[in-house]
Amino acid sequence: MQVTINGRPHQLSGGESLAQAVALLTSAPSGVAAAVNGAVVPRTAWGSTALTEDDEVEVLTAVQGG
Amino acid sequence: MDDPLLIAGEKFNSRLIMGTGGAPSLEVLDRALAASGTELTTVAMRRVDPASGGSVLALLADRGIRVLPNTAGCYTATEAVRVAAMAREALGTSWVKLEVIADERTLLPDPVELLAAAEQLVADGFTVLPYTSDDPVLARRLEQAGCAAVMPLGAPIGSGLGIRNPHNIELMVESAGVPVILDAGIGTASDAAIAMELGCAAVLLATSVTRARSPELMAEAMRLAVAAGRLAFLGGRVPRRHLALASSPPGG
Repeated sequence: MQVTINGRPHQLSGGESLAQAVALLTSAPSGVAAAVNGAVVPRTAWGSTALTEDDEVEVLTAVQGG
Repeated sequence: MDDPLLIAGEKFNSRLIMGTGGAPSLEVLDRALAASGTELTTVAMRRVDPASGGSVLALLADRGIRVLPNTAGCYTATEAVRVAAMAREALGTSWVKLEVIADERTLLPDPVELLAAAEQLVADGFTVLPYTSDDPVLARRLEQAGCAAVMPLGAPIGSGLGIRNPHNIELMVESAGVPVILDAGIGTASDAAIAMELGCAAVLLATSVTRARSPELMAEAMRLAVAAGRLAFLGGRVPRRHLALASSPPGG
């Protein structure tokens, strides 16, 4: 199964959750938000959100700015 | 003197809001934030970079400084609303510095997209602090849309050109029922003092401190300038006169 995470293609074995996708990038326990195909998913629902082929995942955090 | 800044019912003893962009390191930023006395500081939302070390969030948490996420880099209302939703989820705050810019060259706000985004975010329960152009009419529309403050630019972001249209800022202050926060364009301490003398409730700045030769010294200068400008506004400047008025008694 191929999904896009923060603009880069990732090959996954299939059936991964959003939580597993986020864990590929960061283990930060807070300060991170994730969206699948443009819809924000609350952190509490990451584990129960299954990814499917061609999903676009965005994982954001706060950086210096403004 | 007890003279707190009130935004959406929240109280701040400092009228200097800091941005965190442009600092050469987190250590330099940390010292500058401490010297500035700020209690509210902006951050941007970006894609997680597994290679980046250190966290501006941890630094702000250690200092007890409240985080104000922005929507920097958004060109449409749709993008800004999405980034604000991500920020609320990531940071646990419904406050947002709303930025919707028109182009990269000027970074000027796009007023049409800005107002649309503000209306949507207010409807979604956000406390919206919009970065806006120095247009009193747009400021009024943003206030009517339910924004908690209006944040006009003094000059383009990062330009350090000071307050190009003080008359417009004064007009906004006269008619606004929410805090007017001078955001962007501050170059040095006197610019910040002028903003406060014009009646602004606060000043938001980043570049003038973070890219100064000594960010720590400039942060202290800004803290003092904002405080001095506020006192001067409350004290009330004397009228400008065409001719002299002796300050010593004429007789005796």
